[in-house]
Amino acid sequence: MSLTELLDVRPGESAHLILRRATVLDPVAGIDSVHDVVIRDGEIAALAAPGEADGDGAEVVEAEGLHAFPAFFDPHVHLRTPGQEHKEDMETGTRAAAAGGYCGIIAMANTSPPVSTAADVSALREQARAGASVPVGFLATVSKDMEGRELTEMVELREAGALGFSDDGLPIVDAGLMRRALQYQHLCGGNIALHEEDPALSRDGVMHEGPVSAGLGLAGIPSVSESTMVARDAALAGHESARIHVQHLSAAESVEVVRVAKAAGVRISAEASPHHLCLADEAVRDLDPQRAKMNPPLREERDRQALIEGLRDGTVECIATDHAPHQPEEKDVPFEQAAMGVTGLETAFAALHTELVLPGVIDLALLVERMAGGAEPFDLARPSLAPGSEANVVLCDLGAEWTVGEDGYESRSANSWCAGQTLTGRVLMTVAAGQVAFRLRSFSLGVAA
Amino acid sequence: MKHLLSIEQLSREEIEGILDRAESFAEVGRRDIKKVPTLRGRTVVSLFYESSTRTSSSFDLAAKRLSADVVSVKAAGSSIEKGESLKDTIATLSAYDPAAIVIRHPYAGAAQMVAGWTAASVVNAGDGKHEHPSQALLDVYTLRRRLGSLEGVRIWIIGDVLHSRVARSNLIAFTRMGAEVTVCGPPTLIPRGIEELGCGVSHSLDGIGEAEVVYTLRMQKERMSESFVPSLREYAARFQIDTRRLNPRQLLMHPGPVNRGVEISGEAVDSPQSLIAEQVSAGLVVRMAILYELLAGGEGVPSGEGEAGKPTPIGTPA
Repeated sequence: MSLTELLDVRPGESAHLILRRATVLDPVAGIDSVHDVVIRDGEIAALAAPGEADGDGAEVVEAEGLHAFPAFFDPHVHLRTPGQEHKEDMETGTRAAAAGGYCGIIAMANTSPPVSTAADVSALREQARAGASVPVGFLATVSKDMEGRELTEMVELREAGALGFSDDGLPIVDAGLMRRALQYQHLCGGNIALHEEDPALSRDGVMHEGPVSAGLGLAGIPSVSESTMVARDAALAGHESARIHVQHLSAAESVEVVRVAKAAGVRISAEASPHHLCLADEAVRDLDPQRAKMNPPLREERDRQALIEGLRDGTVECIATDHAPHQPEEKDVPFEQAAMGVTGLETAFAALHTELVLPGVIDLALLVERMAGGAEPFDLARPSLAPGSEANVVLCDLGAEWTVGEDGYESRSANSWCAGQTLTGRVLMTVAAGQVAFRLRSFSLGVAA
Repeated sequence: MKHLLSIEQLSREEIEGILDRAESFAEVGRRDIKKVPTLRGRTVVSLFYESSTRTSSSFDLAAKRLSADVVSVKAAGSSIEKGESLKDTIATLSAYDPAAIVIRHPYAGAAQMVAGWTAASVVNAGDGKHEHPSQALLDVYTLRRRLGSLEGVRIWIIGDVLHSRVARSNLIAFTRMGAEVTVCGPPTLIPRGIEELGCGVSHSLDGIGEAEVVYTLRMQKERMSESFVPSLREYAARFQIDTRRLNPRQLLMHPGPVNRGVEISGEAVDSPQSLIAEQVSAGLVVRMAILYELLAGGEGVPSGEGEAGKPTPIGTPA
């Protein structure tokens, strides 16, 4: 199934491209060799022998030494639309996604007001068809206006095109309501994505509870605040034979809960964010809210290692940015007062390539697989480079060094957790649902053959 | 040294340097004319976002004793109440070209942020539950006068360590000066992982006999409603320092203000082994030494200034 059957994007011209002599890597399709990638009529028309593809009026990109991967898919993005368009909107958020190599994203429903009615979903889909650079799917809230008391009209929301459900930003505290939602899923379908946190345990915490918070005098959010809720919801999903997706795992204990639940046959999927995979709570020592304040918080090094192990063994099937744009006045304040969240779409691949692949922590193929792993939990086909697939391709220069923020951002907000860092690996071009969604300005392309 | 943002940033030598300077100011304080001209013509702004008696009055007086012009801003009654951001307030006050800004703020890291927004030297007079470096320096000063050195001295810090910036700064300062520190209190009020800062942890006063110094912390009444302790009565029964629990050789300290009958008995406060009044007088000379160190003590002095900006030997009366 193509992404655009369930997601919405601004219609445009189908790309006719040849990526000449690209190093093609798609671990799921079992492709790892040099090809001319022929993109035509919205599809991967062929993977030809290097230098052999017939130009045939196509734009030819000299891609020798460059890598072509299945484009990435992010199941966790805050587009801030409607209501907070000063932070991000449909156009800027999807341009940021395209610049990061994504061929599709899922927008969270904790907007202002939250996406709780069929009319809200329809309006957003229309906006996406008018201005989204990459296909976007929309979740609706589980509870009405995210108040945690009553279910939304889940069937009608699905009929209006909601891809699934989430109260992300807030946990579903009431176990009874959670159970009803899982029961109702048998009627309406659609995955339920969960922000797992017990507010009675996290209270007024602003960072992970541990030696670093003890030294800084900051109120801590203990790991059990997350892991107990993951355990509760895994048990409920198992009991109701329902399906859940656990968002932004942060604690080692939560990874273990997901692992055990999967082994027991529970239908549960999980994501981890680039910042949790690259940073630990030591990064909070500088008290810089832009770099280190988010929820769930950066946890300890052992937690980071557990997330990486989860990526390796498939407990964590996908990487999700939790792209959370904020304006400077919400971050230029003392740590405790600052808004939670960091942006991530434009830097996710480069940051993980720099921090995990280059030092040999994980291999490139695993990163590529997990960067596109967010589609399947939401019933979407995984982006693939196998001939005949919808053309969702990202072209990267793995040797290119760049400094984050130096040339500004496509996003309307600049609260990147890795601002100012020099990263290695850069997205040059993104093809999403058959259209060229992004090309780096400084990347000069070949001419028609 | 350009700013004093934390004890964490100071080496043992830097701490000793400030305390030695404070000793010489103590001498000035015994003269009839207690004022020196060191900071004549320079401005010190004190900006307090939280109520304070001791710290704000002693910083103000310290600056005045050094002949600085002092502007005190309290959050209540200022444009902060009208919703002005910290960054904007600092920009406004920086327009007066102050030599130093002394700031107390309810949130951790505020002083450090301010240091990035102003050309003035910044003194952290307490940031949230993070640090209170001038308190730690005056406490080390007080003990050094009594004991000569803190090397190997056993100090127990007792009470609500979780919510105390004094506990954190003092723990760091005492250990840096060679003392062996134990923090003591109910498990709900001892932060998880604190032992990694290099202290022992006890949940009972049983071993308190080993301490040469007993440092009690203020116990706030609202902690009870947040279920950190079931009642102040039960807290006092287990953790209150009274003359029965102290032996006469032990020194008793408290950062103030005290809750007599809660963390400490009235009798203990007034006992001869209590250093509480000495701590307050140490506050003045130590804060003079801090301002001197930052504004006249070396790299903190901007070049090309007139007479007034030059460091003056502190022995010269104004």
